[in-house]
Amino acid sequence: MVSTAATSTPPAPGSWLRYLGWSTDAKVIGIQYIATALIFLLVGGFLAMVIRGELITPEADLVDRTVYNALYTMHGTIMLFLFIFPVLNGLNNLLVPLMIGAPDMAFPRLNAVAFWMVPVFGLILMASFLVPGGPAASGWWSYPPVSLQNPLGILLNGQALWILAVALSGVSSIIGALNVVTTILRLRAPGMGLFRMPIFCWTALSAQLIQLAGLPVLTGGAVMLLLDLVAGTSFYRPEGGGDPVLYQHFFWFYSHPAVYVIILPIFGVFSELLPVYARKPLFGYTVVAIASLVIVGLSLIVWVHHMFPSGVAQWMRDLFMVTTMLIAVPTGIKVFAWVATLWRGKIRLTSAMLFALGGIVNFVFAGITGVMLATVPIDIHVNNTYFVVGHFHYVIYGAATMGVYAAIYHWFGKFTGRMLYEGLGKLHFVLTFIGTNLNFLPMHPLGLMGMPRRVSSYDPEFAFWNVLASLGAFILGVSIIPFLLNLVSSLVRGAKAPANPWNAIGLEWLLPSPPPAENFEEHIPTVLRGPYGYGSGEPLVEHQERYEQALREVAA
Amino acid sequence: MTATPPAKPTNRLAIAAVSLWTGLIVLVSHWMAQQSQRWLPVQASSAAPLVDGLFGFETGLGTFIFLGVLTVLAWSLLFHRARKYDESDAEPIEGNTRLEIIWTVIPLVLVLLIAANAIRVNRVLGVLGPMEHAHGGAVPTGALSPGAEGSGPVTSALATSDAAATELQVEVIARQWSWEFRYPLSDGDVQPHGDHDGMAGASGGTGSGGAATTHGMPATVSSTELHLPINRPVTFRLLSEDVLHGFYVPAFRLKQDVVPGQAISFRLTPTRSGRYRLRDSQFSGTWFAANQADVVVESPAAFAHWLELGVQQPLQPGLSPAADDYARRQQRPSNGWATVVPAPPPLVNVPGSVALPHDA
Repeated sequence: MVSTAATSTPPAPGSWLRYLGWSTDAKVIGIQYIATALIFLLVGGFLAMVIRGELITPEADLVDRTVYNALYTMHGTIMLFLFIFPVLNGLNNLLVPLMIGAPDMAFPRLNAVAFWMVPVFGLILMASFLVPGGPAASGWWSYPPVSLQNPLGILLNGQALWILAVALSGVSSIIGALNVVTTILRLRAPGMGLFRMPIFCWTALSAQLIQLAGLPVLTGGAVMLLLDLVAGTSFYRPEGGGDPVLYQHFFWFYSHPAVYVIILPIFGVFSELLPVYARKPLFGYTVVAIASLVIVGLSLIVWVHHMFPSGVAQWMRDLFMVTTMLIAVPTGIKVFAWVATLWRGKIRLTSAMLFALGGIVNFVFAGITGVMLATVPIDIHVNNTYFVVGHFHYVIYGAATMGVYAAIYHWFGKFTGRMLYEGLGKLHFVLTFIGTNLNFLPMHPLGLMGMPRRVSSYDPEFAFWNVLASLGAFILGVSIIPFLLNLVSSLVRGAKAPANPWNAIGLEWLLPSPPPAENFEEHIPTVLRGPYGYGSGEPLVEHQERYEQALREVAA
Repeated sequence: MTATPPAKPTNRLAIAAVSLWTGLIVLVSHWMAQQSQRWLPVQASSAAPLVDGLFGFETGLGTFIFLGVLTVLAWSLLFHRARKYDESDAEPIEGNTRLEIIWTVIPLVLVLLIAANAIRVNRVLGVLGPMEHAHGGAVPTGALSPGAEGSGPVTSALATSDAAATELQVEVIARQWSWEFRYPLSDGDVQPHGDHDGMAGASGGTGSGGAATTHGMPATVSSTELHLPINRPVTFRLLSEDVLHGFYVPAFRLKQDVVPGQAISFRLTPTRSGRYRLRDSQFSGTWFAANQADVVVESPAAFAHWLELGVQQPLQPGLSPAADDYARRQQRPSNGWATVVPAPPPLVNVPGSVALPHDA
């Protein structure tokens, strides 16, 4: 099934040049994804700095209003489609084959195609800054009719490029999802039943199932929007008998579950890291695994909660409020399981663990504001205000991005062969945690007071909390510096990573750092038990001592 | 829930400490629930106390859960740390079925209670004002032109005898980027005319509706400032001439998207005199942030007086900060990207003001 050797390209294994070209090796593609994503994190982060610079004063004085609208649109689009999704695909590529003992992904060439679509649609999106009239400026939702207005009346406009980029992103993600799901279902090592998989694989599987179910709807909806914009159709144009609210259904049918596509693998990261740094098995493994699938099911029937004030019937409001609130149950199960995993553990506060713990705390907060947002009467008040902006930044930055950082600190050595510096890592954590809370907590009172989101100016009574939020944003901007410094200096002169620096259990830790191209090659281990045998003293795989012996020989 | 770390049954001191701490968290949660009411704007509609009540309840409950989780987490981080050089594993606790059932069932019951409570509030809000906003999909825009009355006679706003009993009807026209409010009059022989149909209904709107007059008296009073009498239900007819807008008055705690191609009726009852902000809440393009209007809630007498004055005023350009800003923008070399041109300020009887201090 897997025959990457034949398709592998000339640059010698170990040469950094292979990261710049076509490669079908999941470990190379994983790093390509993550590096691309981090570059776009800087672009999106820069836009966020301009946004918060504009909002530090009530007047629209830093940039023109048209520029502000384009910048916040591009900030959201870049962060979602070019940072968080690619970075998680990177983690999937690096971790899933190793964790299940597969030599590579199931479809290595499709894998490379899916990755190379990312820089392509990234460039299309960036190019939209250069077209006449500027980039898309109707928000990352691109609700019609405002997204169909095309003031210059030209075919090659920023909004058209935006839709094209999002549609390509959708195709790329569908291919990637197909690959991850197939890999997990078909390429597990002998003995690794589904209920012996690490939770990260469960969450990757769940998240990619959502992609498969939801993305065709968004991609189809986006194509209809593109046709309305450039071909004169009237799917969403009211003057031609179309319905603008229809687009909202298409958009949110995917884009709410998309939040779970983002957060589920992060739950996986938390579930992997806590047992390692607390030296205890994950509490209630089976229930945590199943909870992921429950979240998948519920996530597909909650989308209307984004549309409570859009003009939907009362029964829809009630129904979707209940389904949305039910999601609190499986997510609550996970949170309680993590807390119980820590209880009476032997906790070690490494950079990775600090990011995981910070992410969990932020997530609990976001979960509580999430239930408030699900409550229809409260949502009617705070919908489309800064309360929502605060809520989802707690999820996507406070929990998800911090979870990504946790994963990077945990697995960096495994894939690069170099350890990150712990001191810089802790500085990065402190700045990130303070910056996140200072940036996003003040958005909640702003929303409760009635400040709408997406505004380029606001009434003076909102100034106080906005100043605090902007200061927090600037701290977040600074927090990237120790992170980048850490990445670069570790790659250049960091300590060599041992095979298992954290004394962790898992197939990936039975391989050298970095692992060979085909992972276990012909020595694929037979898995004997579940993934978190901390404190049991029992081996994970058959003949584990032989694998450990081999690693010692490599090290010596 | 997790606020109660498992203690040995014999250890009375531990139980007492846990109970004390739980009590403290309950007190803090209660305090937060009370505080939460101060984070919200003044309550200016009959819906506001209901919304705020739910928010206070969820703030209290949320605080309890947050502090509970944080307590157990902090306890672990303080007292269950690995000693230096201790590389050994902790006790392999793999789960506890009873605990797992408890922390599945309790949240389930809690969210169902919250949902039931919220549905009940939805019902009350529905009684206070119908929140069934979907009006059978798209209708040809021509039939929805502002001022075109296809759905029965217009209730009088100036009728003296049964004013208190009848609802006030106000037509709200959202544009890029201004708000226009029309008070249809049918005082005795003054009948409303539907003759500006099509004029203001054209996309991109000229915004010059409300010009119809009978015997020198306007059939409607129009304004770019919303005036409402206190304690009298008002039904808005929400119309948009171009894109989606959002009718949002934070002091009322109510919000409804205005969808082009639909006439959406939206009902509320103001309960507090004052001057409040109406903000566009659904992103509508370049001057979205400036698309605000003032809402003045006043006594019935003051409202009637305002309407009478309005009738006598000739039509004049209303407020449109976007149009003013656009004119200024055209004076200087542009440093921005392409924009939709703002609709000209609507011609209204009473422009009003957005420069006066507002309560919320």
